[in-house]
Amino acid sequence: MSGPSTYEPKNGFTKWMDERLPILRFNHDLMEFPTPKNLNYWWTFGGILAVMLVVQIVTGIVLAMHYVADTSKAFDSVERIRRDVDFGWLIQGIHANGASMFFLAVYIHMFRGLYYGSYKSPREVIWILGVVIYLIMMATAFMGYVLPWGQMSFHGSAVITNLIGAIPLVGDTVKTYLMGGPAIGDATLNRFFSLHYLLPFVIAGIVVLHIWALHVPGNNNPTGVSVKDVKKDTLPFHPYYTVKDGFAIVVFFILFASFVFFMPNELGHADNFIQANPAQTPSHIVPEWYLLPFYAILRAITFDIGPIEAKLLGVGAMFGAILILFFVPWLDTSKVRSMRYRPLAQQAFVLFVLASVGLGFCGANDPDKFVFNYGPDKVALVYTEAATGKVIREVSDNYEALVAKKAALAEPARSEAAIEVSSEGFKWLWLSQILGLYYFLYFLLILPVLGILEKPKVRPPSIAESVTKKHAAVPASPVNPVAAE
Amino acid sequence: MSEHGSKAATADAAHAGETRRDFIHIAAATVAAGGVAAVAWPFVQQLAPAADTRAASTAEVDVSKVPEGSEIRVLIGGLPFFIRHRTPVEIARAKADDHAQLRDPATDDSRLHKMLDGKLNPAILVTSGTCTHLGCVPVGPAQGNTGDFGGWYCPCHGSHYDTSGRIRKGPAPKNLAIPKYDYTSATMIKISL
Repeated sequence: MSGPSTYEPKNGFTKWMDERLPILRFNHDLMEFPTPKNLNYWWTFGGILAVMLVVQIVTGIVLAMHYVADTSKAFDSVERIRRDVDFGWLIQGIHANGASMFFLAVYIHMFRGLYYGSYKSPREVIWILGVVIYLIMMATAFMGYVLPWGQMSFHGSAVITNLIGAIPLVGDTVKTYLMGGPAIGDATLNRFFSLHYLLPFVIAGIVVLHIWALHVPGNNNPTGVSVKDVKKDTLPFHPYYTVKDGFAIVVFFILFASFVFFMPNELGHADNFIQANPAQTPSHIVPEWYLLPFYAILRAITFDIGPIEAKLLGVGAMFGAILILFFVPWLDTSKVRSMRYRPLAQQAFVLFVLASVGLGFCGANDPDKFVFNYGPDKVALVYTEAATGKVIREVSDNYEALVAKKAALAEPARSEAAIEVSSEGFKWLWLSQILGLYYFLYFLLILPVLGILEKPKVRPPSIAESVTKKHAAVPASPVNPVAAE
Repeated sequence: MSEHGSKAATADAAHAGETRRDFIHIAAATVAAGGVAAVAWPFVQQLAPAADTRAASTAEVDVSKVPEGSEIRVLIGGLPFFIRHRTPVEIARAKADDHAQLRDPATDDSRLHKMLDGKLNPAILVTSGTCTHLGCVPVGPAQGNTGDFGGWYCPCHGSHYDTSGRIRKGPAPKNLAIPKYDYTSATMIKISL
């Protein structure tokens, strides 16, 4: 799609340079790259992500100048950055909130790809490289979250390293090599710091491949219809999309800045302002919001299947939920790229987005607490029946009746009996099991089957016609409608 | 062809098409792979626990200092261990459940170590402080929550352990592990990783 280069050196220097290092030609061709003229604002998140990567690398390099990777000093060094280092509060705030903004943008970017079929032939490799970037992003974010050495940092990483320990045969060895000791400590903190510094540059490298692969077939577009006539269907990237992306970046920065300046700790956890204490796990341990859906899937598996324990199944489901993304180009059997023209897939997709967001809420809540209660709370009398030794739990609306019943029990059952609040409701666990099941069904059943069963709507014959038709369909109206007299 | 010379080496029909150059390619690649593996080994092995980390792996604890009905928590190399002084009611509860439906069956006696006189000390229970689910540290009597079975409760994913540290409810697959430890006197124990 890029076609032959249109670059022509204008003067002696550029001509000389072009014969030696054609970097100006490279830049010119990037800027002239023919881009479908109908890209909407969902397409601006690629540019936003590139900017976010730069923001994270620049702020991270600065933070590394002040941070101390030592379990006895790490927590204090981060607090020192926030309080004593000039503008440390700003740079640390940008970096910490930047991670959330980065994930927000990447999720929108991924949902856009899923909706418009951007993973389909001939763009499979772009998609796979994107999933690789996403995986490394998660690893980087996880290790970065350990560095401030708060309670959540420590115990969150304990949970994740133990997940790796659950892998059969090699798990324990890999876990020990990851931690560098019997538990998470100085060795772990130092290697996580080293890798947290390294991985963003690995991401940057894969981003280059991602964009290179993008420039072979060119951008997908909201109709999913391939470019047929470069003149009619496309516009040069610059200035059309540099300006559109630039505008989106400014809007995105408004959201970003509102977090950094007005609610810098909103997305964090209070527990992480307590220095790590290996002997005490916080009562409510959760990962950062962007990992919550996968955490919910991990916890949704509470049952063994045959000889495989629930723990291993949960770990498998969690990693499977991410790895399944690699296979999406082949799981979706539909020849139609854009879901604009796939009425059934469109509905399944909306449910998929809701399920993913819903799983995030499941991950944030205690699995045994209720999404909603079936009715008002009742009371229950719990006691051990003397004759059989069975534990009886009697639920009632009538507190006085239970008190009377308790008083009537024979010793020793009476003194051990307890009256407690009994509530019945729909557990977060069950919601996470339903939504987790849908997550997998979407990829493993709905996408493969719909491609065969669904009758797609008529697609526009070309990008150019999709644009002109849409405008023609709107009835012409006067610029300044005159009120009826 | 003749300028390459190597073709002449394969007059034998069974080895037609193979050249000495193929051999050199395979041999060179093998040596390179061996070299990469040899260099990779120290770069992987350096991730393992260092000698000083491995050395700091025991702790001696005076169990007589643990108040009845409570526990103390000891860290060895950053790993937590619980030393609990159980009440007679808790011991009785643990023994009563020896033959209950258990996910990871074990009797209470099998989870105790002998003192120097060869007898078990059921009052002192020593367990790992790492939940067998995902490695959180369960809460116990000192934190005011001992779960549904009177032992420990893991706040991360809701595993309940009984007064013998056995898993009774929730996602954890195994009982709280019993570490390697020995009584070095009537009141001192030595725990090692």
